[in-house]
Amino acid sequence: MQPVGAAVPLRVDIAEKTFRSAQGVSVTALKDLSFEVRQGEFACLLGPSGCGKTTTLRILLGLDRQFSGSFQLPEGGSNRVAAVFQEPTLLPWRTVEQNVRLALPKDLRAKNLDGLFDTLGLAGMRSFYPAELSLGLARRAALARAFATEPAMLFLDEPFVSLDGRTAEQLRRLLLTVWSARPTTALMVTHNLTEALTLSDRIIVLAPRPAHVLGIFDVRLPRQHRSPQAISDLLRSFHQKFPGVI
Amino acid sequence: MTARGTGGRTLGDTADTSSRSGPASALIPVLTVTISLLGLCLLWSLAANAWPSRAFPGPGQVWQVLLREAASGDLFYHLGATLGRVAAAYVVAMIVGSVIGILLGSHRGADRFFSPWVILFLNIPALVVIVLAYIWFGLNEVAAIGAVAVNKIPNVVVTMREGARALDPRYAEMAAIYRFGPLERVRHILLPQLQPYLAAASRSGIALIWKIVLVVELLGRSNGVGFQIYLYFQLFDVAAILAYTLAFVAVMLVIELLLVQPVERHATRWRRRPA
Repeated sequence: MQPVGAAVPLRVDIAEKTFRSAQGVSVTALKDLSFEVRQGEFACLLGPSGCGKTTTLRILLGLDRQFSGSFQLPEGGSNRVAAVFQEPTLLPWRTVEQNVRLALPKDLRAKNLDGLFDTLGLAGMRSFYPAELSLGLARRAALARAFATEPAMLFLDEPFVSLDGRTAEQLRRLLLTVWSARPTTALMVTHNLTEALTLSDRIIVLAPRPAHVLGIFDVRLPRQHRSPQAISDLLRSFHQKFPGVI
Repeated sequence: MTARGTGGRTLGDTADTSSRSGPASALIPVLTVTISLLGLCLLWSLAANAWPSRAFPGPGQVWQVLLREAASGDLFYHLGATLGRVAAAYVVAMIVGSVIGILLGSHRGADRFFSPWVILFLNIPALVVIVLAYIWFGLNEVAAIGAVAVNKIPNVVVTMREGARALDPRYAEMAAIYRFGPLERVRHILLPQLQPYLAAASRSGIALIWKIVLVVELLGRSNGVGFQIYLYFQLFDVAAILAYTLAFVAVMLVIELLLVQPVERHATRWRRRPA
């Protein structure tokens, strides 16, 4: 299925975001942060830990409205945004299937989810409670929830942290599989360069606090050609373009 | 899923698990309770025989009175009246107390302002509230139930306020992103998180409420267990007082076993080990 609607990109233009602590100390997290993600593109927001990546995501998700600037979200699909957080954030008192269905718009509640659950290897776990799942499986359920809503924009906040290397690799492949079935404009926050090079069409490199865009690294190589050898070539050219970053 | 013990008869369990370990493991606690209660009766009976007095009847005499009152229908009439008041006051107190408690727990400013009020109401003696309610609103059912509820509400407020403070903002954020409706937020986000606090407030609530209901009945109603106890107090009939008390305690025990515990088991079925 192709994304529907006009080709509106994700357009971010945050002038400033400042946190004030209870003691009155203020810290500027973001300053003149602006970038674009084209329709149907998978982009990564790459930067060192604590540079304001998650803050940016929270603003775009509408969870933090205390900032100056503006942004525009893409349209299409259910015209919704979906998010996969660092923690799976499944409701522990609802089964995997209930967790996914509750996130759906009312008119999609009864839709057939067999294909999605099959792809993500969750077919046998629909009636399990999240506490009965491993972290890797819970992350898959969180991915299922995000993709089931057919969002116009997908945000991922380091969805593969604290997993062992093999599980993370497997989940990245699954993410690409479900994403390719319905290419959705996606923005993923990560500090893992290899992960960014494996998954994305473009990498938005952020400078440390206050965060602003250092530069854009486009990955033009089609995903199926990104062998370990190709990734290490990409790594080299990334380091040439952005020496000293990560 | 099979290692759930007595709480194991939930949705996901297979039938053979409950037929193999279910009845046997369910029987042991019942047996323990029965033996324990029989032991208490035996002790009571021995004591009553050692110090024979009209003011200290044995279990046999109390049983006789119980049968007599049950046969005449009086017992059930008065138990019913009290149970109705307990239920009404419980519902009112839980709803009003929960709403106020959640509001205070999620609004710091309101909490700071109203906190002294809560402490004030927590410390007003039940008797004062009851007397004032009867004076202001007359000797009627609404005043009676209202007075009991007002006594219980501050306790519910304090417990639910703690619950609201412990709410996890990540679930609320998830619900905002995926556009849950207001009712869905209450049902799927708010209530499940507050469930342990609701259970705690209910548990302590029912016990407290039925004791206050007796006082309300004693002071201003013409039926109910409290009214009967007052009547038999004037006749110095200890056997009848004990008969009514024990009958109502038994009713509360049955409610706990047949209503409260199954509801709680259902509400906590998602936990690995039910609390």
